[in-house]
Amino acid sequence: MLGRPRLYTAYRQEAQLLPTWTQKVVCTLFVAVLFLLPFDLPVINQIPVVRFLGDSDWMRPMALLMVLAIAALGLNLLAGVAGQVSLGHAFFMGVGACTAVYLGGTSGEATWGHSLPIWVWLPGAGVVAALVGVAVSPVAVRLRGLYLAIVTLGLVFLGIHFGNTSWGRKIAGPPALGREFPGLDVRLWKEETPLINVEDDGHWLWFDVTDLQKRYLFLLVLTIAFTLVAKNLTRTRTGRALQAIRDRDIAAEVMGVPEFRYKVIAFAVSSFFAGVAGALFSALSQRILATDFGLFLSVEFIAILLIGGAGTTSGTLIGTFFVVMVPQFVEEFTKWLDRAEGGLTELLARVLLTEGDDFGIINTAIQTPGWTLSVFDWNIVLFGALIVVFLIVEPLGIFGIWVRVRNYWKRWPFSY
Amino acid sequence: MAGMATRLQAVDLRRGAPVGFLVGALAATLIFGMVQLANDPVLFFQTLMKSLGLGSVYALIALGFVLIFKATQTVNFAQGALAATGALFLAFLVQERSVFSEGQSVVERDGHIPFTNISNPLDNLGGPHWVHWSLSVVVALAFAAAVGLVVERLAIRPMIGQPLFSVAVITLGLEIMFRVFNNDAVEIELRPIGVPWEISGFRVGDMLINWSFVAAMVAAAVAFVAVYFFYRSRLGIAMRAVAFDQEAAMAQGINVGRVFAIAWAAGAVLAAVGGIFATQPPVEQTISVDQNTANIAFRALPAVILGGLDSVTGALLGGLIVGVAEIYAGQYAAAHTSWLGAGYPLIVPYIVMIIGLLVRPYGLFGTPEIQRV
Repeated sequence: MLGRPRLYTAYRQEAQLLPTWTQKVVCTLFVAVLFLLPFDLPVINQIPVVRFLGDSDWMRPMALLMVLAIAALGLNLLAGVAGQVSLGHAFFMGVGACTAVYLGGTSGEATWGHSLPIWVWLPGAGVVAALVGVAVSPVAVRLRGLYLAIVTLGLVFLGIHFGNTSWGRKIAGPPALGREFPGLDVRLWKEETPLINVEDDGHWLWFDVTDLQKRYLFLLVLTIAFTLVAKNLTRTRTGRALQAIRDRDIAAEVMGVPEFRYKVIAFAVSSFFAGVAGALFSALSQRILATDFGLFLSVEFIAILLIGGAGTTSGTLIGTFFVVMVPQFVEEFTKWLDRAEGGLTELLARVLLTEGDDFGIINTAIQTPGWTLSVFDWNIVLFGALIVVFLIVEPLGIFGIWVRVRNYWKRWPFSY
Repeated sequence: MAGMATRLQAVDLRRGAPVGFLVGALAATLIFGMVQLANDPVLFFQTLMKSLGLGSVYALIALGFVLIFKATQTVNFAQGALAATGALFLAFLVQERSVFSEGQSVVERDGHIPFTNISNPLDNLGGPHWVHWSLSVVVALAFAAAVGLVVERLAIRPMIGQPLFSVAVITLGLEIMFRVFNNDAVEIELRPIGVPWEISGFRVGDMLINWSFVAAMVAAAVAFVAVYFFYRSRLGIAMRAVAFDQEAAMAQGINVGRVFAIAWAAGAVLAAVGGIFATQPPVEQTISVDQNTANIAFRALPAVILGGLDSVTGALLGGLIVGVAEIYAGQYAAAHTSWLGAGYPLIVPYIVMIIGLLVRPYGLFGTPEIQRV
């Protein structure tokens, strides 16, 4: 059977997590590389792209990437697998963030908090977000398509408003109010020395690890766990029911899939993922602004799904990488161009970069009044343009491109 | 079984719900209105005019949404960006002549970040301010229509036949891109749009009514009457045919692409009008374009959804209902809702929308999607 990967002789075979040997090997290697990434090891630091992702400058975007990946996996279950497109994912992330800060943050004069350990606030954030998701679902289940998207968009605006009320600020107040945000340290209860110290430099097993590397590994373990949960859920009875609802909800109901129950489950699970991601987000950024969890973040998740390929776990992860890292690459590229001397690169720098008055479209000055935009602004434009271009040119996303490339080589030299 | 039960319930609700919902809402409003009217009639009518002004702005924006949705089956999330773009065109055309108070120019080149280095072609025209301003409005609306056409041709036309949601997400991407450019033009400055009536008003008895309320109502009335007659013209019938069935319309010789283009141009013009009113009372007091102007579309979305995405009547009524709810809540309920925080009237439209959708999943006047297994 080794040479015929598409030939299944048992259901168990077809439902495998990684059906082929190639996938098993590649996945194992990939995960191993991810774990060893930050340690500047001899072979790994030669792989292009991966080479510099391990640098400490890139640990912060990598951490953000993994947090957003968890949330995007949740949205993928709701929008990609169950077909219920929601623009309110940022709202559920915000709910999770507020819960985490309320449970894990410190109490002060202007803020509420309970200083509970991570094993309380992390699942707690997910559970509270899931409960909010269940509370919303009676409305959501009655709506379809664009109506659903707009109502969930309404949730985002409600969330931003309530985050800015006086009691919203008591829960998620700024550090200026003396708020200490929860860290990632693992404690049994409220003791001084943590059981697993994630926040400071230290020594794990035989290695010296910095706080950034520790945080990276911690988040990596969580992300892999959530990826497995998401992937496995689509292989169960629940996952099949959700896919049936996506493909034709009435047909699914006729065939005995209880639509209401499974839609509620989809909302709950997806909100749970978002809540956990929001909690991690607040712990990473050490601040909560209600406006952070706005429409832009929701659109970012939709873009992740569309660019990566909706409905597929690996597509979601690729999409997250693309959406989070492309701005970083552009920024890095601009810096590199700015330093360039001589040859083609300097010519390119002359054409693209400007400090105000001369020719160019990317403004590298700190203050950028007038027409030319900063790299930051161009990144937002690029983000919008990517959504538009991907949807027009490749609606199935990067995963679709991969499928086409794979099929081309599989059938080579025949075209179909 | 749970699923079946809700579905049956949904069918039952749909029969009596619209009447019940409307009667209930109207009765509550009437009782509440009577009490307030008896207490302080001047305040009541003043609030009424204000809310109708706001409702008209919402209805204008909602009409743009509905026109585009009817023709192209797309919810245009970029409507807010188009609104800000249109208002910015106007601000550009009147920048040299903007008056804040009694003939005093607000935009001085020194000390302010200049809008742009391009000189304004309308600047050398003589004549009184209001003539210049009206001309500028016409030119700005033409610009807005051109932007709508370009957007439609480049981003929407290639998506014919693709899933509706993909097209909606494309407009979200457009919104994000437009916003960057608009905000770059605005910077931190306010860009005055030089309305001749500024923020002044007139008195009827003891009531003070802003000119901008009246202007918004007139603009909305003109727009709805124009759309009413447009839908009865040859082109309008073609548009309704396209809305009904694209393929069949194409088979009858209707140029679907042209219908798309016209719908987008009209939508962009309506958005621009809405954007111009979004800088004036009751929406804002600045009579200048700023970074918040683009949010008007998201404030008007509940009106569209409440009325029904594909109904012109729905846009008008939804806009007015939402406007009235927002202003009256701000005026009369503020004392009892301190826990809701400052600025809570802004979320009232969304709450009204969610309640409305619970009763009518396709809005008050929207056409329910027919499901076939």
